[in-house]
Amino acid sequence: MNRLPKPVLTAAAILGLFSVFGTGLVALVHDKTEARILENQRQTLLNSLRALIPVDRYDNDLLADAIEVNDPDLGTRKPVSVYRARKAGQSVAAVLSPSAPDGYNGEIRLLVAIWADGRLAGVRVLAHKETPGLGDPIDENKSDWIFGFNGLSLDNPPEGFWKVTRDGGVFDQFTGATITPRAVVKAVRKTLGYFALNRAALFSEPAQSGVDSPIEE
Amino acid sequence: MNLSQYRKIAFDGLWKNNQALVALLGLCPLLAVSNSVINSLGLGLATTVALIFSNTIVSLIRGHVTSEIRLPVFVLVIAANVTVIELLMNAFFHDLHKILGIFIPLIVTNCAIIGRAEAFASKNPVDWAFLDGLFMGLGFTFALVALGALREVIGLGTLLARADLMFGDFARDWTIRVFDDYGGFLLAILPPGAFIGLGLIIAVKNVVDARRVKMPAAEEVTVQIIPSPHRAE
Repeated sequence: MNRLPKPVLTAAAILGLFSVFGTGLVALVHDKTEARILENQRQTLLNSLRALIPVDRYDNDLLADAIEVNDPDLGTRKPVSVYRARKAGQSVAAVLSPSAPDGYNGEIRLLVAIWADGRLAGVRVLAHKETPGLGDPIDENKSDWIFGFNGLSLDNPPEGFWKVTRDGGVFDQFTGATITPRAVVKAVRKTLGYFALNRAALFSEPAQSGVDSPIEE
Repeated sequence: MNLSQYRKIAFDGLWKNNQALVALLGLCPLLAVSNSVINSLGLGLATTVALIFSNTIVSLIRGHVTSEIRLPVFVLVIAANVTVIELLMNAFFHDLHKILGIFIPLIVTNCAIIGRAEAFASKNPVDWAFLDGLFMGLGFTFALVALGALREVIGLGTLLARADLMFGDFARDWTIRVFDDYGGFLLAILPPGAFIGLGLIIAVKNVVDARRVKMPAAEEVTVQIIPSPHRAE
């Protein structure tokens, strides 16, 4: 093999040196910030859960006492995380992260909190791609619509009324955007149904490690 | 310590060669993120920090990087730089990082950064390069915040909403409600509104520039030398 000309060798060496330096710096900063970033992500998830289940209603570690479940009624083929809240060993509430797959622009990811007796503690939208100004009132920052689920249950309103008003139900629909609220109402009702069928197992299943946060970071 | 040169660099960065309004670079983050003052401020400052570091480093290494590999080396420097900034934002400004999302790593693709590295920092001493990075970044931030304020006021009727993302919890009530009971103007929040808003801001800048040019020209006329009609032969 002929010797490579010196300029090529020099260029290669300089590039190599910078690559090592750059990668090394990124690796160092990554290492130093990793713990803090993980803690920030945990805190974001915990804040979302606490918005639904007040801190004084439970005494266990929500993030540690979690499982993953799979069920078509939860609107996604991916595993759904379930966080159990307990006080003095008694089941208090469960927070699930199902999806409404039939939003106008795709999947709407939800956080649904249900008290042990089957009443809704609350629903929040975690992520959506609905049209700004039309479908986005499901977002708690855009309107109070999502708070309308607080306190409802499988038989309140009765089965036929778990729909938007256009379909004969009690839930407000947005002007020009029926598909979005319809999808969310349907998903919440299905989650309530799933909870009613699997209530015992949901609370008794032993905690799993490595449960994915439903909040995408 | 050449103060007049420093002033020229500052004026170029902030106004005359403003990367967003004159060079029209970095428009992707400009248009996507400028829907509120705080989002604009966050991304603008991150871009400024990136510019300062990349300009300074490129200027420091300019003697040691051969011409044929200068662009890959610049890209490497910028990419490492922005990755570090992103990690630090994720660690220390987590909520803002969540909202700005993908646009923080996309700072790497902001043409203004590699543009300044290639056009200025690789050919000038470190103090000039540092200042150029600072003022090009501040100029970009200024354009971002102007557009962000315009879109936030017209689109949502507020200013400085969610200031707590940048300044901490006590900034939660800094929100200025410019119009009470404002219905909102959706177009301003959507991408078309960003384009229209940017166009308006550039138009205003051009009008201001035209006015500034007109005034000295008027003076010139009065000082014109009138040839004497009585020249001897």
